[in-house]
Amino acid sequence: MSQGLRTASGGRINRARPVRFTFDGRELRGFEGDTLASALLANGVHLVGRSFKYHRPRGVLTAGSEEPNAVVAVRRDAARVTPNLRATEVELYEGLEAHSQNRWPSLELDAGAINGLLSPFIPAGFYYKTFMWPRRAWQRLYEPRIRAAAGLGLAPEHPDPDSYSNRFAHCDVLVVGAGPAGLAAAQSAAASGARVMLCDEQPELGGSLLGEADPGASLGESGREWLAGTIRGLLANPRVTVLTRTTAFGYFPHNLIGLEQRLSDHLAQPDLKQPRERQWQVRARQVVLATGAIERPLVFPGNDRPGVMLAGAVRTYLNRYGVLAGERAVLITTHDEAYRSALDLRRAGATVTIVDARDGASSELAEAARREGLTVHTATTVIGTRGRLRVKSVQIQKLDAHGQARGATERIDCDLVLMSGGYTPSVHLFSQSRGKLAWSEGLQAFLPAESPERVRCAGACRGVFSAAAVRSDGESAGAQAARDSGLTVNTVIGEPQPVQSSGAAAPGDLPQPGGEPAAKAFVDWQNDVTSRDLLLAAREGFRSIEHVKRYTTTGMATDQGKTSNLNALAIVARQLGKSIPEVGLTTFRMPYTPVTFGSFAGYSRGELFDPIRTTPIHDWAARQGAVFEDVGLWKRARYFPRNGESLHAAVARECQAVRSGCGLFDASTLGKIEVVGKDAVTFMERLYVNGWTNLAVGRCRYGILLRDDGFIYDDGVVARIAEDRFHVTTTTGGAARVLAMMEDYLQTEWPDLSVWLSSTSEQWSVIALQGPRARQVLEALVQDVDLSAAALPHMGAATGRICGIPMRLFRVSFTGELGFEINVPADYGLAVWEAIHAAGEPHGITPYGTETMHVLRAEKGFVIVGQDTDGTVTPDDAGLTWAIGKQKPDFVGKRALERPAMHSPERKQLVGLLTAQPHVVLTEGAQIVLDARATPPTLPIGHVTSSYYSATLGRSIALALVRAGRSRMGQTLYVPMPGGNLAVQVTSPVFYDPKGSRLNA
Amino acid sequence: MRDLSAARQGPYIAASPLVRPLPPATRLLLRGNSEVMAAALGALGLEFAETACRAASASGRSALWLGPDERLLLAPQGAFSEVFELLRAALAGRPHSLVDVSHRQCALEVSGPQAGLLLNCGCPLDFDPAAFPVGMCTRTVLGKAEIVLWRTAEHRFHLEVWRSFAPYVSKVLALAARELTP
Repeated sequence: MSQGLRTASGGRINRARPVRFTFDGRELRGFEGDTLASALLANGVHLVGRSFKYHRPRGVLTAGSEEPNAVVAVRRDAARVTPNLRATEVELYEGLEAHSQNRWPSLELDAGAINGLLSPFIPAGFYYKTFMWPRRAWQRLYEPRIRAAAGLGLAPEHPDPDSYSNRFAHCDVLVVGAGPAGLAAAQSAAASGARVMLCDEQPELGGSLLGEADPGASLGESGREWLAGTIRGLLANPRVTVLTRTTAFGYFPHNLIGLEQRLSDHLAQPDLKQPRERQWQVRARQVVLATGAIERPLVFPGNDRPGVMLAGAVRTYLNRYGVLAGERAVLITTHDEAYRSALDLRRAGATVTIVDARDGASSELAEAARREGLTVHTATTVIGTRGRLRVKSVQIQKLDAHGQARGATERIDCDLVLMSGGYTPSVHLFSQSRGKLAWSEGLQAFLPAESPERVRCAGACRGVFSAAAVRSDGESAGAQAARDSGLTVNTVIGEPQPVQSSGAAAPGDLPQPGGEPAAKAFVDWQNDVTSRDLLLAAREGFRSIEHVKRYTTTGMATDQGKTSNLNALAIVARQLGKSIPEVGLTTFRMPYTPVTFGSFAGYSRGELFDPIRTTPIHDWAARQGAVFEDVGLWKRARYFPRNGESLHAAVARECQAVRSGCGLFDASTLGKIEVVGKDAVTFMERLYVNGWTNLAVGRCRYGILLRDDGFIYDDGVVARIAEDRFHVTTTTGGAARVLAMMEDYLQTEWPDLSVWLSSTSEQWSVIALQGPRARQVLEALVQDVDLSAAALPHMGAATGRICGIPMRLFRVSFTGELGFEINVPADYGLAVWEAIHAAGEPHGITPYGTETMHVLRAEKGFVIVGQDTDGTVTPDDAGLTWAIGKQKPDFVGKRALERPAMHSPERKQLVGLLTAQPHVVLTEGAQIVLDARATPPTLPIGHVTSSYYSATLGRSIALALVRAGRSRMGQTLYVPMPGGNLAVQVTSPVFYDPKGSRLNA
Repeated sequence: MRDLSAARQGPYIAASPLVRPLPPATRLLLRGNSEVMAAALGALGLEFAETACRAASASGRSALWLGPDERLLLAPQGAFSEVFELLRAALAGRPHSLVDVSHRQCALEVSGPQAGLLLNCGCPLDFDPAAFPVGMCTRTVLGKAEIVLWRTAEHRFHLEVWRSFAPYVSKVLALAARELTP
């Protein structure tokens, strides 16, 4: 197809650079500089999509980001399909592949259009009324069907191969919008030396001026030169950052603005190494919003046929893209500005008939239109249109003196309808800044009033429309913003321009014979909401505009009602007999236009989704084939399978190695806090349940930390390194929160204590060497510490050197065997680990992982905080009363422990469970009941917290929290499972070496 | 018996333009009141000031203000014993906490005219020299990791990163560096 509707010359397209593209598989041609919409129109394609609910044929309505109709998918490959793009924003590139949406089997012949015939039965809220019964069918039948029939584009099914970027920035003045107001504001702010950022959603600076036949001319004398010079000056200024293709999508507290910069969507061959989009978070001292205004459609029957467009959009297509959208046009207007479009079309060779609903439109422009020989019908309304896939005619009717549609009717044949109901200032971002809006009766629009943020508006978005005034308004706003950002402004700062109020039309629908439209008169194109839907909602009792919005879905589509909200509001207000400001506005929500999830993720994808923390020994373990598990952000070796061993086999082997020889375990992830100061022991006394005063230097103690409600918060071994220095360990996951809790108490409760806390979690690599042969292995590597049981008994601590490396050596055991934990500075962790491993080889040393560690400690009945406790477990519940310092006057949680409920014999207590069938391993988290024949619902008396197969014992073991558990020793309880209730016997939680003789060896 | 003193191994650092790992160093975390800080900095030959978020630096030794009662002291790797003894002598009898964190973290240097721009890929601070002058230091974030950031020259920054976060931080910087124009 030829570009039959392309003008002979003019526009900002590059006619020397033809571009091929496809739309629904049809090959078409456009030019560099085209949008998909302008190129389609140039090819005479008005039908571009099917509507959301009724599947009505739809065409291009606008020329900007407010487009509700021309919503398409652009496909590069199977993974890179972007649905719901506005064709009016999609820049054409060689080979662009675009698809229409929401149609089957084709755009021209769409089966879903039957909804149009059914429409009397599917009014607003029909699914609330219709699909009430049966209830279950909603999930299984109704919702899936409705979702399949409605909706817009389809999400791609492959992971997104593109990358996305984040950037933070700061500036004195952020200017949003690079039309005449924004350019002037940026220029005047930059003239004061301000750091300026200027962003605009379009690929080119100029805003509304780009739609003029002669951009800049409307600004007055030397306007063209000003425009070119301003843009040049801004681009050359190193203090100014100019971002095109960048949408300010959200206004966040304290002048933080979210910008979405599209970097490569316009390129035929994007560099895959470069991000597709960059999301900016800009902290601006001052913000100038120069976001312009959006033309309002008119509401009349049949106003949605392809070929019905906004008047300003038609003018933009003509002037900017050299596209004559039609040759026989009818302009329907209630606003003077639209006459410019009629005159431009006329000059381009089209015939234009003007239908002005106002009585006696006699402005300068109307006169000019008549002088040009255009027919102008005043006091005339539109009562219908015809044309299936493209508008063919418009039915008009004269209004009487009361504005009622009672006069003669006439049909005007046409191939293009322009409409204009005036302009709605774009106050979206201002409103997001929590700015109050004020209704302007003269302008028939909401205008920005006060905002708690440091923001001001300039130009059309605050009701200043004439080009010259817009420029002055921008200059004034830019200079004021620079001044208020703290800079000295040496020029005279002009006053903001007065708001203009001439030629404004009231929003709402055009008068219809009998009051209501004979056919669908659309208010919200994208969600298929008609004026009748709104009237119905009001009649059915909805009073709040927020409720009307949700009931009818008006303004709730991806365009957020940019073109529809004010008309909807006016229609509802009239039906309710209220004024527009009385009814009020719905909330303006971010994002201004849709933003990709990818750009929110930014760099946080794949391996950078979260930091992956590894220990110095990690790579060694990986080389040994270790299987890792996530513990917080850490990777921990879970087990070390050999020759394709299963988890079960590897853990059995590792357990036996520790029990019979020696095992090596990387405990580097343990949290460590150095508590230092003359009051260190006092601090420890007040915080932990244990007594510390009597802990000698060179000794360790198992410490328990409670919250102030008396429940176990964390635990760990604490070593006293010096009188005034403790080496505190925490659980791996608890490291950060324990330090935070300590700091909280220190700073808020006990600021008088002379003690300081420093995290040393990553200073030390911790190597646990466990097993009856551990001492023999270590002796070969350590000279200056006596490792004998007499010199270094269980819970002894020493400092010394291992292979020349300084170490803190603790004789501690989480396995029940003779054991040591060797702390060395982290950069030496791997070397020391390898040295110990080598020295241990003659003794059958075996590296083991967290799974074996879990089994070994469970055999000994040692709890894991967070597994065997759940935030409702006291030390007594866990069988740890022995750890509490009895003589202590106070510690965190002590008073809570004195509450009677904490001593109830009915509390859940930690016990061991042995299954009747020794090889059955219980499921962790399984419930425990009293009755063998219990069936749900029944009251559980506890649950399994830890459960393993113990190779050492040749049977399964489990720990459980059971109501009054310690009084049930020997009792048989039941664990209901899908295969039946399993009998278990309650035992002590210590299954192995209850006397601890191995530990003390 | 083997001596492993030479077997130091720091965390993985992803290579990228503008970023280079700095050699191991002596790092001491000093906590205490102003008198402690004045005495410590004096002993190390550093100028004492109570200005927040400023580093004092001389002869390879530096003290980074991290809080009213907290300084991160940096010195060459081999100077550990010397610095430790100087401090012990100067601080004897004064309540304080001195903790060796030499291995807890490692250092990266980001340099070049676009260094600030690169850091802004994950650090929300303003690197305009007026807002973040040479000599300024602070705890902040780079993406999802906490760092200590210190501007050592107009176009040079020193990052202190906890060792297990160093691979993440260096990879984020490497990813973001691809967007800079050479």
